Amino acid sequence: MAANTPGDYIRHHLQNLTYGRHPDGSWGFAHSAGEAADMGFMAVHVDTLFWSVLLGGLFLWLFRRVAVSISVDEPGRLQSCIEVIVEMVDNSVKETFHGTNPLIAPLALTLFVWVFLMNFMDLIPVDFIPHASYLLGIEYMKVVPTTDVNATFGLAFSVFFLMIYYSIKVKGVGGFFGELAFHPFGKALLPVNLVLELVSLFAKPLSLSLRLFGNLFAGELIFILIAALLPFWAQWTLSVPWAIFHILVITLQAYIFMMLTIVYLSMSHETH
Amino acid sequence: MSINLTLFGQAISLFIFVWFCMKYVWPPIINALHEREKRIADGLAAADAGQDKLVEADQRLVELVDEGKQKANEIIVQAQKRGDEILEEAKHTAREEGERLIEAAHAEIERERTQARDQLRQEVATLALAGAERILMREVDKNAHDKILAGIGADL
Repeated sequence: MAANTPGDYIRHHLQNLTYGRHPDGSWGFAHSAGEAADMGFMAVHVDTLFWSVLLGGLFLWLFRRVAVSISVDEPGRLQSCIEVIVEMVDNSVKETFHGTNPLIAPLALTLFVWVFLMNFMDLIPVDFIPHASYLLGIEYMKVVPTTDVNATFGLAFSVFFLMIYYSIKVKGVGGFFGELAFHPFGKALLPVNLVLELVSLFAKPLSLSLRLFGNLFAGELIFILIAALLPFWAQWTLSVPWAIFHILVITLQAYIFMMLTIVYLSMSHETH
Repeated sequence: MSINLTLFGQAISLFIFVWFCMKYVWPPIINALHEREKRIADGLAAADAGQDKLVEADQRLVELVDEGKQKANEIIVQAQKRGDEILEEAKHTAREEGERLIEAAHAEIERERTQARDQLRQEVATLALAGAERILMREVDKNAHDKILAGIGADL
């Protein structure tokens, strides 16, 4: 771990473990930030994918376990806890989404729990997992997938894809285009409408993903700064209050991500 | 902050997770929740119905008790009447029996009196005859006077 100066330490902590195509055409891990940047688009953040898939698997494994042994009459503690989450999601969906689409509620549940779990990785002290993996020979390790803009964009653009899909499915291509072209100002100002509506359409996934990314990246950065700049025996004075505050942030961000997804999808199901 | 293939990896993961969730996680849990809601609703409805039935049963109970009381009263009245009748009958029988006994006693007394009188008469006659005999021992022809004495005895 090249942590000679605080600057190096912070830069190192913000670097993903990247596997991709080197400029010379060969595939392999990047051994420095520069090499990773040179790979461009043809690269994969292995740590982001590993942790997100692991956490998603954890979510599905846990919920599936409860779903298999679910009891109507004698819910256990774990089942009650899961039921609270499911009921919260179900109520949010029912309040906001008035159509009948069997995809929305499971999608909302998956997003909420998955994003929450990915955010939760932020509360694990910043050096625990990276240092352990460094000892195992892995050079870079970013454990909070939602501090990777790829992860949040991946989620937001999947939602965006679903928005477009359902808009066209419910309203037809003409209906969808009409909404974009004839909206705020009527048919006379079609180009203006189109620009305005397209901007607002694309602003949705961007704001969805950047809000989550920004919050978590900033939170993670502050943990890293605390770890980089304070001596080890004094770090808790700042990192503990920040972590406690962050419990609120990670839950809220997961909830906001879920709610906005439901709202956007409900908008694409409704005709004006 | 480079955008790269991770984006697609993340998107694919999301679709697989959502598919799995929609197929294997969401339905059992939400069905159980709905089932429980239904059971609670049914239970409350059953409790309401039970309450209604209880009120009904209370009314019926009051009715039955009233009816029972009335019937009991009737039975008591009837029993009293029957008792009076039996008493009356018994009194009547007893009176008749008493009268019969008194009559029988009277008859017995009468019979004994007659008997005693007959006996007494006989004895008086015998005594009188004996007295007369002693007085008139020699002068009287026993045979002649026996007839008279027998006649007196019959008269007495």
